[in-house]
Amino acid sequence: MLKLAKYTKPYLLMLIVSIALLFAQANFDLALPDYLSRIVNTGIQQGGVENAVPVAIRKIEMDRVLIFIDAAEKDSLLAAYTLVDSSSPDIDKYVEDYPALETEPIYILNDIDQTEIDRLNPVMARGLMTVYGIEQVIADPSKAEQMGGGFGAFDLSQLPPGMDVFSMLGQLPAEQLSQIKDGLNAQFETLGGDMIVQAATGAIKAEYAALGVDTEKLQNRYIINLGAWMLGLTLLSAICTIIVGYLSAKIAAGMARNLRRDTFQKVESFSSTEFEHFSTASLITRTTNDITQIQMVTMIMIRMIFYAPLIGVGGVLKVLANDSPIAWLIIVAVMMLISLIVIVVSIAMPKFKIIQKLTDRVNLVARENLSGMMVIRAFNMQKFEENRFDKANTDLTAVSLFINRVMVVMMPLMMLIMNLLMLAVIWFGADQIANANMQVGDMIAFMQYGMQIMFAFLMMSMLFIILPRASVSADRVAEVLETAIHIHDPKEAKNFPEPFRGVVEFRNVSFRYPGADEDVLHEISFTAKPGQTTAFIGSTGSGKSTVISLLPRFYEVTGGSILVDGVDIRDVTQHELREKIGYVPQKGVLFSGTIESNLLYADKNATPRMLEDAVLIAQAKEFVISSSEGMAKEISQGGSNVSGGQKQRLSIARALVKKPPIYILDDSFSALDFKTDAALRKAFKQHSADSTLLIVTQRVSTIMNAEQIIVLDEGRIVGKGTHDELMKTCETYREIATSQLTEEELS
Amino acid sequence: MMMQRRSQGPGRGGPMGGGPHGMMGAPVQKAQDFKGTMKKLIAYLGSYRTAILIVFIFAIASTAANIAGPKILGEATTILFEGAMAKISGTGSIDFDAIGRIGLITLSLYLVSAFFAYIQGWIMADVSTNIAYRFRRDISEKMNRMPLKYFDGTTHGEVLSRITNDVDTVNQTLSQSMTQIITSLVTVVGVLVMMLSINWLMTLVALIIIPLSMITVMLIVRQSQKYFKQQQDYLGHVNGHVEEMYGGHIVMKAFNGEAESIRKFDESNNTLYDAAWKSQFLSGMMMPIMMFIGNLGYVAVAILGGYLAVRNTITVGDIQAFIQYVRSFTQPITQLANISNVLQQTAAAAERVFEFLEEAEEIPETESPVKLASVQGHVEFENVHFGYNPEKRVINNFSAEAEAGHKIAIVGPTGAGKTTMVKLLMRFYDVDSGSILVEGHDIRNFTRKDLRKMFGMVLQDTWLYNDTIMENIRYGRPDATDEEVIAAAQMAHVDHFVHTLPDGYNLVLNEETTNISQGQMQLLTIARAFLADPKILILDEATSSVDTRTEVLIQQAMDKLMKNRTSFIIAHRLSTIRNADLILVMNHGDIVEQGTHNELLAKGGFYAELHNSQFEPEQVQAMEPVAAD
Repeated sequence: MLKLAKYTKPYLLMLIVSIALLFAQANFDLALPDYLSRIVNTGIQQGGVENAVPVAIRKIEMDRVLIFIDAAEKDSLLAAYTLVDSSSPDIDKYVEDYPALETEPIYILNDIDQTEIDRLNPVMARGLMTVYGIEQVIADPSKAEQMGGGFGAFDLSQLPPGMDVFSMLGQLPAEQLSQIKDGLNAQFETLGGDMIVQAATGAIKAEYAALGVDTEKLQNRYIINLGAWMLGLTLLSAICTIIVGYLSAKIAAGMARNLRRDTFQKVESFSSTEFEHFSTASLITRTTNDITQIQMVTMIMIRMIFYAPLIGVGGVLKVLANDSPIAWLIIVAVMMLISLIVIVVSIAMPKFKIIQKLTDRVNLVARENLSGMMVIRAFNMQKFEENRFDKANTDLTAVSLFINRVMVVMMPLMMLIMNLLMLAVIWFGADQIANANMQVGDMIAFMQYGMQIMFAFLMMSMLFIILPRASVSADRVAEVLETAIHIHDPKEAKNFPEPFRGVVEFRNVSFRYPGADEDVLHEISFTAKPGQTTAFIGSTGSGKSTVISLLPRFYEVTGGSILVDGVDIRDVTQHELREKIGYVPQKGVLFSGTIESNLLYADKNATPRMLEDAVLIAQAKEFVISSSEGMAKEISQGGSNVSGGQKQRLSIARALVKKPPIYILDDSFSALDFKTDAALRKAFKQHSADSTLLIVTQRVSTIMNAEQIIVLDEGRIVGKGTHDELMKTCETYREIATSQLTEEELS
Repeated sequence: MMMQRRSQGPGRGGPMGGGPHGMMGAPVQKAQDFKGTMKKLIAYLGSYRTAILIVFIFAIASTAANIAGPKILGEATTILFEGAMAKISGTGSIDFDAIGRIGLITLSLYLVSAFFAYIQGWIMADVSTNIAYRFRRDISEKMNRMPLKYFDGTTHGEVLSRITNDVDTVNQTLSQSMTQIITSLVTVVGVLVMMLSINWLMTLVALIIIPLSMITVMLIVRQSQKYFKQQQDYLGHVNGHVEEMYGGHIVMKAFNGEAESIRKFDESNNTLYDAAWKSQFLSGMMMPIMMFIGNLGYVAVAILGGYLAVRNTITVGDIQAFIQYVRSFTQPITQLANISNVLQQTAAAAERVFEFLEEAEEIPETESPVKLASVQGHVEFENVHFGYNPEKRVINNFSAEAEAGHKIAIVGPTGAGKTTMVKLLMRFYDVDSGSILVEGHDIRNFTRKDLRKMFGMVLQDTWLYNDTIMENIRYGRPDATDEEVIAAAQMAHVDHFVHTLPDGYNLVLNEETTNISQGQMQLLTIARAFLADPKILILDEATSSVDTRTEVLIQQAMDKLMKNRTSFIIAHRLSTIRNADLILVMNHGDIVEQGTHNELLAKGGFYAELHNSQFEPEQVQAMEPVAAD
């Protein structure tokens, strides 16, 4: 996987931007629960009142509050406020917000920073709450009970009606007053810092009402304000996601494009040695499916796998920063989730491998049933085959049933863990709320963080599923890209001498496949002259096809040398060498397009006349003309719409269009009947009388009149000469000839 | 180089399901007849319909329990909240008993829900796996009942793709879509009910997001689908070019075609890149946009909730529950929007499977089959007419007679249709008119089994299967003992080479049968025919693809096999043809001449021309008649 890391290089900047954006997105996403918590805590629970320090307070109320405040705090509290009355210059500005200003003076909160507010919060809260409590009792003496014993000896329920309690309290001796204050403080002590603010909101709202402020509007404004922030954040988060989506799509598709291009170019430069190291099918999969797989995974990686840890870690940090006493719940839940995934994966994973094998088995039997249909029916073995298939089918079903049953555990249990987490949060949270360590809104936010963290771990666990698949694909592609190519052009290439004649000489050539223990060709020496046919014959595995594929440098000799017109073929470029050779492969290989485009493959500039000649010589005229489109007849991919014989003839025609001085025909007549074979050879000979012709064949009759026949057996030349000579001298040749023709016919 | 058909689209993401990053918006294959196919599929479920009903009930119960959770839990929050408030004002405390009670209720609800969900998943896994099993079994059995004709027009790849890809798609989407339909519906309805039970105004606000998200999904899908299609097309071009160039690597090299090939590749590759990133980008936009819309509803609910909470119309716990409901509302809706795609996919795959299962089968067996006590091997053709398709008749009015023990050679140029006679004799195809008689009985009056028992077949296209050599020979007669198998192997010159193999008779032939040579494969098929010991033989002579020494062995084995049997030989060598009792000369599918070698030469017709034209004047003495197929 890391082997392909350099393909990220052109996209490094985009990748960094993506990660930065993901970081931003994670921050936005993590801020959301906080906003929700504030909507619940402050917006709903506190009616939009954020602090116990009111933004405005009537002078009369402030004076009452000051009674209960320590002298030390009084000044700093008053310093935070500005007194405004009807004579103040900027009265118009305030009267709109606080209609009470018209009748009485009020204190307006200065623009002070949050730390100062936080410091004043408990001070103000205590004062306000005490005043508010007393006012309530005055209005309704029966409420005195609830105020409890904070006032000590000062029994509020005993107050005579109509008496100004506050002026009376104000006149109390300092000692008695401080006693009352201590009593109150002890009561407030049980409430935490946040709680005291929350507790004061009732008093503040009452004060705001007295000021003539629309408290409902205040609350709505607060919620809408936060809501707008939330929406803004989600919008930003969405924009980040979309940009990351754009970048990741471009990175993934771009990397795939570059990989595909490099892989393709590499394979195109392969010689047969490298090509055969992989199979054709495997090379195709590597260039297509494997790279598509890498593309998909790259995108998922950027979008999810990079994002998940950001959210996961960020979520954990948030929870810890909030100093939540129930943070451990999330750890427990994540552990449960991870163990669930680990258990399920470790049970199911090995079975997944088995499933692949069993599916292959089902496929194999089905394929055998299809390819052997005639044999199966001929032997009346339908029942047997059905049982064989049923065995494979049953095995597959049993294992996939097992996996399915294990896998269906996942969803319900994951849901259960999530739900249990929520439940536990409420249960343990309730305790914390009762002890005033937490607010309800914090708890709700905590639930959200919990979800986000769990989700992140879930996403990260997908890595286990995605990564192995991707790394297999990546390794397969890297293997192609890293394959060393054995055949190179010389640094300073020679040219063939002019005029080119086409004398091919093998000098003590030996060849060994890379990694093999033994040579497949030993000391092959011969000379093929222009105007002559040199034929190679031998049983399968004798090495005859290998000999001729050394000439166009599909493989490189491992010993000796091959000379063309006296020049070692390794001293010229592959391009120049192949320019001189017309090669016809064993299987007629055509490309999709038309007959014409296939012939033009040999020479783009060939005239229609040249094409026609080639078709004529290759005995392909009949079927080219008989089709209504003629030369324009479509050839489908792999030439599947023409027969094997037609493919061979068109391949020969293609080589003829090139008009090369050297022809190599690798068993190119095998799909032709003898009548066509004979006619073709005759026309061929006439047309290219001066060419050097190298033919590989299995048929004795094809090469009986060749100027030189080379008989190969197990990679060695065992006979060289004409048919008549070899019949006399070469045992192997005689054996081949007699097996194909009866004694009577040979005599 | 067969390309595996790969199905695209959601639902193939393995056990985790499509997931949020499933390729939403990828085009989906559609069934021709959706309704009909679905009906068939439901009928096919058969006895599983009860199980599915149970699945439905469990799914409903599980979802309902799950949905009730937040609301009940919300009550706990409310108690908590009110308790906290009361504590602040000093009027009371949190009612832990109530919270505990509620906690226990929800806990049991969640446990029950998980349990039901698991039971539901378990049953569904059983159902879908077993349906996949049945589909595969039925297809495999169906294959054996179909006329060979069907496979002329259908590639093996197509049939295999039905067994694997299509059955897999049905299997996966079936369990996915069935459970999803039911849970999504229940969730949507349940959540709606719960939301309404909390507050109708808030529900109304929450519902506004549905049309909004629907429209967005549709707009994005329409856009991305266009690029997905393009991506598929260009991917096809790239893959096609790769396949072609790799397949013809040597030719490309020999004609110095690298530069041109790379130029063409780059062209398609670059177009693919454009379509690829656009389609991925567009489909990836779906999630953040849906999230945003979801959040829109979320904030609206919070605002309205706050407003209502002040008026004491609803409690804080209600808001919390409601927010959870809004969150769980969007997912089933996207699922429901996607479900039609999933169903289409199921239907398209199921349709292809049913199509195959409903293909015409072989003509039924005769009601009153002829049973012969003994077979001599007399075969007669009477005015046989035949064509692979009705428009193109290849055999016209052919009559001939083969006495028991005769040797009949079939010759003709490449592609002349020499195997047609084999297929007619074995009743792989039925004649259009006229008849073929064995022992004086029309072959259609035998059961296929009895008829084929009389024949032995050794084709050049050797077929062996992935099992031991012993079992492959025994294929000729499954009840044969090991000794009989070895005896047959000795007759067919198999025994000798088997002893040189690593595991002897127990060597398992590998999948591509590359661990023995082509010639050895042919000898094995001869051994198989020996074991079957038929009265009539159909043989394909070995051709040059086999090395010369093995070829001699094959020839000897075939000669031995033909003794005392009526044999039809697709002949390649003159020695065989010369001493044949009857030569059938075929061209363009039809039998153009028949007679003995000398008769035909004397006639000076097609056979004589074929015979003489193969050889150039200076090499008259060398001959070999007809090329291999």
